[in-house]
Amino acid sequence: MLYTVLRPDAGKASVDGIDVIRDPLAARRAIGVLPHSAGIYPQLTARENIAYFGALHGLSGEMLARRVDELIADLEVGDCAGRRAKGFSQGQRIKVALARALVHKPQNLLLDEPSNGLDVMATRALRALILALRAAGHCVLFSSHVMQEVAALCDDIVIIDHGRVVAAGTPVELLAQFSAATLEDAFVAAIGDARGLE
Amino acid sequence: MKTVARIVMWKELRESLRDRRTLLTSLVLGPVFAPLFFILILKLTLARSVAAQDEATPVTIANAAAAPNLVQQLRENGLDVTLRDGTEQEIRGWIADTDGLVVLRIPENFGERFAAGQPAAVVIYADGSNARAERRATRVHQAVAAYSALIGSLRLQARGISPTVARAVVVDNVDVSTPSARATLLLGMLSYVILLVTLLGGLYLAIDATAGERERGSLEALLTVPAAREQLIYGKVAAAAVMMILALALVTVSITAALRYVPLETFGMTANFGPGVAGRVFLVTVPFALIGAGLLTVVASFTRSYKEAQSWLGVVMLVPTVPIAIASVLAVQPTAKLMLVPSLSQHLVIQGLMRGEALPAAWVLLSVASSLLIGWLLGWLAGRLYRREAILG
Repeated sequence: MLYTVLRPDAGKASVDGIDVIRDPLAARRAIGVLPHSAGIYPQLTARENIAYFGALHGLSGEMLARRVDELIADLEVGDCAGRRAKGFSQGQRIKVALARALVHKPQNLLLDEPSNGLDVMATRALRALILALRAAGHCVLFSSHVMQEVAALCDDIVIIDHGRVVAAGTPVELLAQFSAATLEDAFVAAIGDARGLE
Repeated sequence: MKTVARIVMWKELRESLRDRRTLLTSLVLGPVFAPLFFILILKLTLARSVAAQDEATPVTIANAAAAPNLVQQLRENGLDVTLRDGTEQEIRGWIADTDGLVVLRIPENFGERFAAGQPAAVVIYADGSNARAERRATRVHQAVAAYSALIGSLRLQARGISPTVARAVVVDNVDVSTPSARATLLLGMLSYVILLVTLLGGLYLAIDATAGERERGSLEALLTVPAAREQLIYGKVAAAAVMMILALALVTVSITAALRYVPLETFGMTANFGPGVAGRVFLVTVPFALIGAGLLTVVASFTRSYKEAQSWLGVVMLVPTVPIAIASVLAVQPTAKLMLVPSLSQHLVIQGLMRGEALPAAWVLLSVASSLLIGWLLGWLAGRLYRREAILG
């Protein structure tokens, strides 16, 4: 809904104060999205995959080329930039998809389970990247089932169960609220509360 | 076309042209091999019927010495005469031994009766159950009858009577088909091949750009770019149309080239398919490419996977052939109303061009305009479909 692919049944959402229903195109410009299924085009090279989205975001010519070069350097995909994406590993695909999401320098980033299917080294690289983006002042919103990842990366946490928000707060607040020792315990307690199990 | 649609179009084209398998089926297999294969069959059929006509009918004549003039006349008529003497019993033996042999036996008393002005009999031996022998026997019979008629009229003239007296009724056969129209009967399937190959040209791109995009998981990301969704699909429809037009151009060129090697002229036909006609065939079929691109994209948008799209589009590919098939069976003549039916109108216009009997310009315009309109409507429909969120499936 935030990235305006789906329309909400009720309520409203906004990105940097832009109403996603009233002005979906402006909202889309303000966010970069890494969807759950981060498919890339197998017949295009990594560079072309990124450039295609850059062009769709309105970049062209010299500016587009420079931006793509920057991303290839930042995300360390230089070794496969000129190869067709057909035989890419999951890690390479995620990197290209991430570069694609960043191509228009969005202030906000939406990552849907970005570490799915990544090996240890790729996961570490991804975390470093997310931290770097945070340090650069971007707002990064990502979903995950891996609590260590959440603990390592997040300032704010929202726990959602069956489409409903059951708890929200900083890691410290959540631990206190459910008097739990780890985030995982807090998560279980929050879900249990919501389902009336205790 | 808006920038976004153009960017999408170029990207889809680039991707398709890179995929060797897509390229092979879209632009090589259909446009090059379909007409070549078709024309090869046509050539074989023609070659056989031409050979059947031109073949000098072989005939073996027994006791030729009794009728030297008749034998001479048969030779002049183009019969391949072999002389061999034998009894009736021996003749039956030859026919049993040699496939398709026809023997003309001239009785001993032939010269006697001929000189006396009495009917002189000759006997043709052939195996009636053998189609080839039967055909040859007919030719021999005709040649002998012609000789008989010639001698008959000479005799009448010699007695001071006009030979026309003996001919009470004369039959004239008039074949009203023009040489091109006759060829079109054989080439009638060609317009069908053109339309089918055109559709095939954009088939894989249409699948790949819709169902393929969804299956690979790149559709969701594509929908997050700040562009109206219908612009994205317009780009895809345009890319499919470009592929179809490319296939169409290739197929008209390959047909033009291949028809040069068909010996239609020797059969009294002209294949009216020079560069001029080919160019016009191309132009009237371009709007059909638009319809095809819209249709295939709309149908593929409903499917969830590459496989599903493939099986659906296999059926859809047959849809344009239905009006043509019905029209062929009913031997429908072109009318202004039929120009509103896509595929059929192109078929009729192409047929007219190949016959050398071009349809009225207004009709051709009607065909082009109605097809463009339907193509545009299908494109618009595809845009509407893409605006629904269910497209994510």
